[in-house]
Amino acid sequence: MLESSIQFILAGLTSGAIYALVGLGFTIIYNASHVINFAQGEFIVIGGMSTVALMAAGLPLPVAIMLATLVTMAVGMALAKFAIQPARDADVVALIIITIGASIFLRGIVQLVFGKDIHSLPHFSGETPLNLMGATLMPQSLWVMGVAAALILVMAWFFNATLAGKAMLATAYNALAARLMGVDTKWVLLSAFALSALLGAVGGIVVTPITFVSYESGIMLGLKGFSAAVLGGLGNGVGAVAGGLILGIVESMSAGYISSAYKDAIAFVIILVVLVARPNGLFGKKGIDRV
Amino acid sequence: MRGFKTIAGLAVAGCALALSWSAQAADPVRIGAFLSVTGPASFLGEPEKKTLEMYVDRLNKQGGVQGRKIELTVYDDGGAPDKAATFAKRLIQSDNADILIGGTTTGTSMAAIKIVEPAGVPFISLAGGIDIVEPVKKWVFKTPHTDRMAAEKVFSDLKKRGLTKVALISENAGFGKSGHDQSLLVAPNYGIEIVADEVYSPKDPDVTAQLTKIKNTPGVQAIFNFGFGQGPAIVTKNHKQLAITQPLYQSHGVASKDYIRLSGDASDGVRLPAAGLVIADQLSATDPQKPVVAAFKKEYEDAFKSEVSTFAGHAYDGLQIALAAIMRAGSSDKAKVRDEIEKTSGYVGTGGIVSMSATDHMGLNLSAFHMVEIAKGDWKMVD
Repeated sequence: MLESSIQFILAGLTSGAIYALVGLGFTIIYNASHVINFAQGEFIVIGGMSTVALMAAGLPLPVAIMLATLVTMAVGMALAKFAIQPARDADVVALIIITIGASIFLRGIVQLVFGKDIHSLPHFSGETPLNLMGATLMPQSLWVMGVAAALILVMAWFFNATLAGKAMLATAYNALAARLMGVDTKWVLLSAFALSALLGAVGGIVVTPITFVSYESGIMLGLKGFSAAVLGGLGNGVGAVAGGLILGIVESMSAGYISSAYKDAIAFVIILVVLVARPNGLFGKKGIDRV
Repeated sequence: MRGFKTIAGLAVAGCALALSWSAQAADPVRIGAFLSVTGPASFLGEPEKKTLEMYVDRLNKQGGVQGRKIELTVYDDGGAPDKAATFAKRLIQSDNADILIGGTTTGTSMAAIKIVEPAGVPFISLAGGIDIVEPVKKWVFKTPHTDRMAAEKVFSDLKKRGLTKVALISENAGFGKSGHDQSLLVAPNYGIEIVADEVYSPKDPDVTAQLTKIKNTPGVQAIFNFGFGQGPAIVTKNHKQLAITQPLYQSHGVASKDYIRLSGDASDGVRLPAAGLVIADQLSATDPQKPVVAAFKKEYEDAFKSEVSTFAGHAYDGLQIALAAIMRAGSSDKAKVRDEIEKTSGYVGTGGIVSMSATDHMGLNLSAFHMVEIAKGDWKMVD
């Protein structure tokens, strides 16, 4: 039964890497503003859908990916400019509610522009399954894991070694102090949304060959990604990826060994247990409020 | 003086009568529809709306029904049962609908039934769930095939091939769940034993864990997937990825080219029950459905430049059955129209040949389904 165990793990890694990639998207905006962007799922859909549409228009995959990423970044910046910035004095909860509204709005726009059909993209490296001791894995899953890993490295570098990244963290910590130190906080918010949209778009494009994409697929992916990010610790890239992989593997193990009817419930129970024990997630730092 | 009064009175009465007659003649047939044009079921509701509008428009240009124009009112319930109930009420009370068509999903139809039954308005549902017409409700009819029929068609094909041990994998929501329950119910009638019973969520990106479990279940001879949208395509792809040798069956829920497009060459060899409309060009020339489905397919595709779906066909059938009943009744009197709908017999529609009765408010039998196998990205009729 070793073969099935490996298959369950590989199935978990496939879903888990997808959740992780989506979860990563929540990190940047959270780090820049402590806002949880519930329109993140929509970035994924816009990335995936635009790539599908551009490829259908005859562009080769790499060009379509580039353009789709740019389109999504523009949407992200527009969201920051027209929805978040006008309400910048509101508290974080109000901003989070704005992102929920924005997600519903964007879903409607996607439905109007791209229609209601479910679409797919070709697998980047073919559809011959890789064989691992009798269990199989699609090469596209490796792409998803590879892209997630690469994005963690880039994000770690960005937040720890670049001025822009540090300015972002400073703004989240104390916007007024950051402004006094010469940080252009408006720019920080705008670029945080642009980068989040970039992450979402890249994620959406890489996962579309496996999960497909439709105007409403952002809801569920966003929710799973958010769970992954919370489990790992919001704002922490490594945490989001670990959270996603744990979530995916728990789901497939429960489906494989216990019952597929309870797999979602089991996954959510585990998230609850973790959050009761560690309210800031597995990798989250304890939040300190200065009085 | 007295005589004058009488004459005047008569004249007034005569005028009033004439007025009411002319009002009667100009009074349109009011069809009220509530459909899920947006929301999760929008890919069902939208073609339904387009179909109703196109044919009502066309009939009105040809002079309407028995000289009366048809007035179509469509509301979008977004797939929400509570909204469907509200719109059903509004259609009956404010829009004075003579007949209701709609209820894209089983949920919205069931919610509307609570309104139409006490109000006494004929209602033709466009949803699949068997609960809509079983037990029979006086005012409620439906046009689409039920999930039970799909399961029966699949099981009879399996029986014919001598495959009796079946693994069921279904979506744990709505359509898949109802199909799962119906499959368990009718399996014994065909000597089919369900040896594995797995589920997945509608948006799960991977079901290899469930399929591996099925693969390891001893004795499985075939796999039957009941689901809708992207799930069945993922099941199909994972079925190929794991190189499972037992044949895969799908339900009528995926009988559209989208399913083949999404699952690619993994769909080769998959069998599923499909209505005649799906394989319009493959029906034999002697098939009574052939002219109907060919004409509808052509008209729909010419008008909207997109592939016709069985859902559009359900709306077409609903409209035709309703109008035929109104013509036979000679008026849009609700009770008479209801009785005439129930007497629908031998109507050749896109979904099959419909013969209703007091105990059967759907009127389709298993002959409405054809078993098709996917070969090289296209349907191949096997039965």
